[in-house]
Formats: sequence, structure tokens, C-alpha cells
Amino acid sequence: MIVAEQKPIKEILEMVKDYNKILVLGCKGCVTVCNVGGSKEAAILASTLKIAARKTNKKIEVEEHTLERQCDPEYVDEVKDMIDDYDAIISIACGVGPQFLSERYPSARIFPGVNTKFMGGAVEHGMWSERCAGCGTCVVHHFGGLCPIARCSKSLLNGPCGGSSDGKCEISQDVDCIWDIIVRKMTELGRLEELLEFMPPKSWITARDGGPRRLIREELVI
Amino acid sequence: MSEYKSGSNLEKVLKAGHFAFTGECGPPLGANVEHLKEKAGHLKGCVDAVNVTDNQTAVVRMSSWAASLILLQEGLEPNFQMVCRDRNRLAIQSDILGVYSHGIRNMLCLSGDHQRFGNHPEAKNVFDIDSMQLIHTVKTMRDEGTFLNGQDIDVPPQIFIGAASNPFAEPFEFRVHRLAKKIAAGADFVQTQCIYNMDRFREFMKRAVDMGLHEKCYILAGVTPMKSLGMARYMAKQVPGMDVPASLIKRLQGAGKGKVAGEGIKFAVEQIEEFKETEGVAGVHLMAIEWEHRVPEISELAGMLPRPKV
Repeated sequence: MIVAEQKPIKEILEMVKDYNKILVLGCKGCVTVCNVGGSKEAAILASTLKIAARKTNKKIEVEEHTLERQCDPEYVDEVKDMIDDYDAIISIACGVGPQFLSERYPSARIFPGVNTKFMGGAVEHGMWSERCAGCGTCVVHHFGGLCPIARCSKSLLNGPCGGSSDGKCEISQDVDCIWDIIVRKMTELGRLEELLEFMPPKSWITARDGGPRRLIREELVI
Repeated sequence: MSEYKSGSNLEKVLKAGHFAFTGECGPPLGANVEHLKEKAGHLKGCVDAVNVTDNQTAVVRMSSWAASLILLQEGLEPNFQMVCRDRNRLAIQSDILGVYSHGIRNMLCLSGDHQRFGNHPEAKNVFDIDSMQLIHTVKTMRDEGTFLNGQDIDVPPQIFIGAASNPFAEPFEFRVHRLAKKIAAGADFVQTQCIYNMDRFREFMKRAVDMGLHEKCYILAGVTPMKSLGMARYMAKQVPGMDVPASLIKRLQGAGKGKVAGEGIKFAVEQIEEFKETEGVAGVHLMAIEWEHRVPEISELAGMLPRPKV
């Protein structure tokens, strides 16, 4: 899923300080799963904004609504009759949400309420970790099913750098060296030979480096 | 065709069977050319080639190619270092052509320290290719005469290809395999990370020799003399992939006040003496970090002078 975290409340308050009718718009997709942008969080953020306004004797109206998904025009359409009632919309979907809203409602003032972090999953309760860099050409099968592009700080494809120490990456004791994990796993599986093969330079054409991406599947085009 | 791949002094010295000796010189934190010349001057006549570091520890300095050219003008042979952190494959290949055009014949291919270490941690990194692929790139340019895209190069660069190896990083068992991989990718010579744990290095070299790697590539053992106890402790605790045994710190401590640097040099000289006798070790890479003025003394004490003329 796409993992996000809420922006600092101070930053959100600063963004919407000139607006009095605010809609907090949640999303039932990934951000609901990672507990940051669903209906529950939309309600909490709306209450927080109201409390903050009360403290400064500011009169504001805040409401919340949660869409099935903000990355689908069909669901974004759902708020078409509501949008004009508000002078600011805070989307707490991933970075896709504010953009789909901005494209569908060009005159509306849309603000991002979360910072989109990465594609990953929950490794523990309350802890998420990156797994995919969206390079567009998956190669995890060469590395014991683990991705060095997303998980090695240097995206190395030919083994661990000289900074790997005690299973940790040179950048921080909080970051696992994925190459340490890959080498150990392949050694245990008796497949170390596969890592001795030279991995040639990767084509990044399919990654973000090749320009903004889109996908067309003819069989689905109406 | 020349009998040499590049014709560099380092290549000639190694090929003639001499025990090679390379030094290191970090470019200045500015455009202080005089300071660079002064540091490099200490190395003149003491070493066969001088590594010129490339924004080492991700701290911005004068570019490695520019400092390499200054060394060249000063009559020293540079070993131009290049990291993959700051350049994509376009910049990498054009810089290789550029340095070769100006007379640089040795190049050390590195991935590079992550920018989070350095003085611009907010920077975006590149890592378009990794060090292994960089070695392969230089080899392709030199031996195939083509760019990475297969197009012909109009006068290919003749470079003596260097790689780094850290016998002390983990996982230890994989390190010799990674060295083998670098040699297969095209490394002509290898310089190791600073060695302090001699037992571990002996074991690493034994494995390398068992695999016959020393016959395919020249392996230069990395030596950095300890200047102080603070440096030893810093290396032990703060530098990832560095293995400084407690026994060495104890030895330096035992030297007493004002004598730690001397003891550090003594240890370095003992190391060099052992490496001369170690099977598979073709030379020493002396990284006297901001201690260039002590290199003549260390070279003399280690019996590395005079340097051979090939």
C-alpha cells in the first residue's frame, strides 16, 4: 500500500489559516489501512481544527467526509455538490488525492493534510517499512525476493557496499542492510551462486527517470 | 598494440613485479591550489601513484578530476577516484573521456559514501550504476571501444582500472566473492580498506589466494597510520565497515603521552613489512589522511624507497 503520515498540525493550521469553511476529505484506500487518512482520522483532524480555532477565538466551520477512493474520478465526482460550500479542502489521501481533486475542481483550494512516504507495508503494529520503489521493471526474483533498489540506500545491484556493519546500513543503525539479509538468505538456501552473477546497469526508462508515467491497457479502454 | 592496458606508472611497476606503493591526497575544501600542491609535494618520489579522492565522506571539495590534473602538472601520477553517488552514466562516461584526454591513466571505481554522512545531507543522490557496473563501464569503453549503449567511441580511453575492497565489512564470507566479482567485471588492481585487524586480513587473503584472485588482479593492502588515540577510537566506533581491534587501541594507549603518533607509524611500518611477505599482496596503499608530510618518513622506515623506475 501507499504509506503516509499526517503533516504536523502546525503546518496544517498555517495552510488553512485564512479559510473559515473547511472540508476534511478522507479516503478509504491505503491511507485508511495505515491509519492516517480514513474516516476516523478525518473526524479527529476536523475536531482538532475546531479546537484550535476556539483557542484563538476564530469562527470556523469544519466538516469531514470520506470517499471510497480519491484516485478514481468516479468517487471524486461524489463531492461535486458539496465542494462549492467550502473555501478550503484538506485532502488526507496520499499525494494522488489532492491532485485528482484539483483536476476535477479547478477553482477549489485543495491542501494536502498528509505527507506521502512510500510504498510498503506494516511490519509491526504501528511500524511501516518501504518495499517498492516503483522502478517499473521488477527484478526481486534475482535477490531472493528482496528489492535492493528500494531497500539499499544506494540501490546497489551487485552486492553489499563496504559500509555494511552488523547487519546495518552505513547511513543509520535504524536501517537494516538489505544486502546483508539477501546474502544470508541466499547462503542458507544454497543459492549464493546466483549473487555472483554480474547484474548489468539497469534501464531506468520504466522508472520515474523516464519521465512521468502512464499505463494504457487497450482491452479496458472504452 | 602496447603490452600495457594503460601504460600508467602504477601498471608498469606492478607488471614488472615490484611491490607497489600508492599514496592518497584529498582535494582541498576550496580552491586552495597551493595547499594541494604542498600536500602532494610530500608524496613526490615516495609513491608510484596518488589516489585523489572524490568528495570523500560526501563532503564537498575540489573535484577529483581537477585535483588530479593539478597533481599531474606537479609531476605526480594520479589515481583518479570516481564515485557513482554524484554522476549518472552520461556524466561518468564523459568524465572518463575528459580525464583520459588530459593524461590520467589510473582510475578507482567506487560506489561512494552515502550523502547522509556528509555536509549536504539534503542532496539527491544518483546511483544510476553501482561500483561493479562502473568497473564494467570503464572496461567496456577501453576494451570494446564502445559506450554503454554499444556505440563506438572515437579514440577509446586506455585506463588502468582500480576497485576497492573492504575485507572487514559484513557479511565477511561474501567479501572475497565480491572481490572476485569486481575482478570478473574488469578490475586490474584492488586497494583495500584500511587494515587494522591483521588476523581477519590474513584470513581474507588466504581465501583470495585459494580462489586464485591474486593471479588475476593486483591486490594492494590499505594502511592508514593512527595519528592519535582519538582517531583510533573514532575509527573504531564511528566509521562503518572499519575494524579496529581493542588490542591496537591498548597498544597505542600504552605508548604514553606524546608518543601515540610514533607508535601508530611503528604499527603501520610493521604492517607494511608483513604485507611484503604476504602471498597475494602486490603492494600497499598508504592513506595518510591529512598527514602527507609524514609519508616520506613512513616510506623510508618501511623500506619502500627509492621507488622503482620502469
